[in-house]
Amino acid sequence: MPTYTLFVNQKKQLVEVEADTPLLWVLRETLGLTGTKYGCGQGLCGSCTVLLDGEAVRACTLSVEDAADKQITTIEGITAEKEHPLLQAWLEEEVSQCGYCQPGQILSAAALLNAKPHPTDQEIDDAMSGVLCRCGTYPRIRKAIHRAAQRKGGGR
Amino acid sequence: MKRRMHINRREFLQVLGAGGAGLTLGVFRLAPAQTQEGSGVFKPNEFLSIDPDGTVTIWVARSELGQGARTAVPMMVAEELDADWEKIRIMPALAHPSKYGSMQTGGSTTVRRGWEPLRKAGATAREMLITAAAQTWGVERATCRTENGIVYHIPSGRTLTYGELAGAAAALPVPAEVKLKDAKDYKIIGKQKARLDTPDKLSGKALFGFDFMLPGLAVAAIAHPPVLGGTVKSWDGSATKQLKGVKEIVQVPHGIAVIADSVWAALQGRDQLKVEWHKGENANLDSAAIEQYFLEKSREQGALVRTEGDAAAALSAAAKHITAQYHVPFISHSPMEPMNCVADVQSDRVEIWAPTQNPQWVQRMAAEVTGLALEKVFVNTTLSGGGFGRRLMVDYAEEAVDLSMRLKAPVKVIWSREDDLQHGYFRPGSYHALEGAVDDQHRITAWKHRIVAPSISAQLFPGQERRGNPDLVDGAAQVPYRLGIIAIDYVMANTALPVTWLRSVYNSANAFVNESFLDELAHAAGRDPLALRLELLPAESRLRGALQLAAEKAGWGEALPRGRGRGIACHACFGSYAAHVAEVTVTPEGRLSVNRVVCAIDCGQAVHPEGVRQQMEGAVVFSLSGAMREAITLQNGSVVQQNFDTYDLLRIHETPAIEVYIVDSTLAPGGVGEPGVPPVAPALCNAICAATGIRVRRLPLSANDLAWS
Ligand code: FES
Ligand code: FES
Repeated sequence: MPTYTLFVNQKKQLVEVEADTPLLWVLRETLGLTGTKYGCGQGLCGSCTVLLDGEAVRACTLSVEDAADKQITTIEGITAEKEHPLLQAWLEEEVSQCGYCQPGQILSAAALLNAKPHPTDQEIDDAMSGVLCRCGTYPRIRKAIHRAAQRKGGGR
Repeated sequence: MKRRMHINRREFLQVLGAGGAGLTLGVFRLAPAQTQEGSGVFKPNEFLSIDPDGTVTIWVARSELGQGARTAVPMMVAEELDADWEKIRIMPALAHPSKYGSMQTGGSTTVRRGWEPLRKAGATAREMLITAAAQTWGVERATCRTENGIVYHIPSGRTLTYGELAGAAAALPVPAEVKLKDAKDYKIIGKQKARLDTPDKLSGKALFGFDFMLPGLAVAAIAHPPVLGGTVKSWDGSATKQLKGVKEIVQVPHGIAVIADSVWAALQGRDQLKVEWHKGENANLDSAAIEQYFLEKSREQGALVRTEGDAAAALSAAAKHITAQYHVPFISHSPMEPMNCVADVQSDRVEIWAPTQNPQWVQRMAAEVTGLALEKVFVNTTLSGGGFGRRLMVDYAEEAVDLSMRLKAPVKVIWSREDDLQHGYFRPGSYHALEGAVDDQHRITAWKHRIVAPSISAQLFPGQERRGNPDLVDGAAQVPYRLGIIAIDYVMANTALPVTWLRSVYNSANAFVNESFLDELAHAAGRDPLALRLELLPAESRLRGALQLAAEKAGWGEALPRGRGRGIACHACFGSYAAHVAEVTVTPEGRLSVNRVVCAIDCGQAVHPEGVRQQMEGAVVFSLSGAMREAITLQNGSVVQQNFDTYDLLRIHETPAIEVYIVDSTLAPGGVGEPGVPPVAPALCNAICAATGIRVRRLPLSANDLAWS
């Protein structure tokens, strides 16, 4: 089996898996990073969203081969940053219900704020429409993104 | 293949059966629990304990599905305990047949059924802590007070913390009677508290069932029959066996299980399986046939559930006789976390980790499947990534127990999204025929409603039909208005499509129909829909307050241009009273945007108001999604929808502004998880009618042409 070098949350990791293994399962099952969630496996729900070189990607449809040698950020990486503005905003707006979709929401929001430090409602809707939340936390997600943007002018 | 149910219907009735009407309060014993002698831990009952370091542990016997059980439950205990909120730690309770009462998380019962026993549990502990302090100091109990985890001796100002008193309190007898606080003295109930489950959920540390691991745990994906009720004819696993990570292929009662060392390998292995299926008797069943069946059933003699006056006479004498037929589809719960369960069956014990709403049923099921005694079955309830009623069923847990028994090893059964949609139990579809009479004084003089729908209870527990009215009339029989002449009947129409309880159960369909048809009658009578409702509701109805609050906040009555409209609807269920106003825009081409939904709820005392707001917002999104485009359909005996491309849920860009207002109340709490659901679809459709003149009588909305000119 081939070996790949992954940079996950700024840590270098060597993994030995088949080339077409989706990054989602490498993160969850090979590296034990279960914060990234499975929701559909087809790129339709956004639960598995991570950052690849700062951009939001669906880890369930991205092969490990295509993720190799790039910077990957998961929810565990966001959390490692003390008082990350997104996490603070998410807490203050009391966004989470079941919480299952929230890692994907937060990573999508991080990519948005990387690209647009002060997004409009329209830009939030455009960037976040790929991530489903069955609990219906969308109105609070909007508020929390605005709050995070105000706090720091960016998601990094 | 028929599934065994491992439970009888009566066990469900207390919580779920009657849509919130006439339920009895579960009997909870507050017997002293076992504690280690001399450990210094004070555990006066099954719900809480206090450690010498002051940590208060609260056992939560209801599942955390996102609805906030693991915050609202400790709030009720901590209030009466006068605990220091910072010292609260929660523990999910292991399944037990009786010591916590019912552990089912369904019927919006967590708070309303916990209200008495949980507050009593806290108050009992507090009484004993005061006694312990008074004895330590040699003073009268009446000279002591408690606050924030500390007992104060008022005259001397001396203090002892709950932790310091734990050992002494543990030696005291448990008082039989305790006095509960007045609502005006609440410091925690009704106040803002951060949810206790949130930090771990934001950090990715929270473990859902899907995340749960044991060393060397095998993972199984099961190929289920694509046709409802199908069975395995033959299978070929040679390609699967070639795959790295695949360990074994096993035929199980409901299909073929691929056992692997990872989820990915199991899913891939299942893709490579070749299975021939016996299609069975449903091979030709499709949605059109079910709709036809409902129509035919509607022509049968209905069984009367409510009759007041002579409807036939009133209808034939009416100035206006209105008739309408409504169609409601089957829909899926689709929680974001698909079904999964870990089971470890050993010769003398079973341990299970499941995201379940029904740990006691899981326990009973496992005892029956393995032949072990109930007390040998340990069921751990993990966090659930949503539930909405789907996890009241134990089908996926049974697969795990059965498979672990066969493999003689622990195993985790995982369902893919496709499994979840294709092999779910659904909200029943239904057909409704209505008639109404309006006289020349603009009054409603008669109301007739025939409901044709499958009965969840009859399909799940055949032969154990409940006496009196079946479940399928819940929310229809209780039409709250003084309509003069009423005739409500039903025809039960069970089908092969599996059904179960979905957030608000029959109330979602029946309130859609009731509140839409009332709107039709208001239009026919030339009356304002709000004014008519207020006129028809009895003076004491708590729906009035909710309606007035929602209407006021929404600016009811302010003029809107054509193509924009407001709709109102209300409904009472699970002990609470909700009213919503929806505001929409529909372009002449028929493009709908929902601009705003204003919700008001009278849920009695709101224990965790922010949690109530979350639940109402969630209910709006959940039901808009259902009303706008969700439908499970059948073709050749198979569910057509496979994943979120064919069963899309509401997304952020379609979500309106949502405002929630809570009616001030100190009455005993009602439910909150479900009551926000039923009024959404009718408020939405009434708004569409106000905007366009088009009356929607068939859900989902995507099946309707909303173009107007
Ligand atoms: S799991 Fe990747 S998009 Fe749904
Ligand atoms: S919080 Fe439950 S799915 Fe989003």
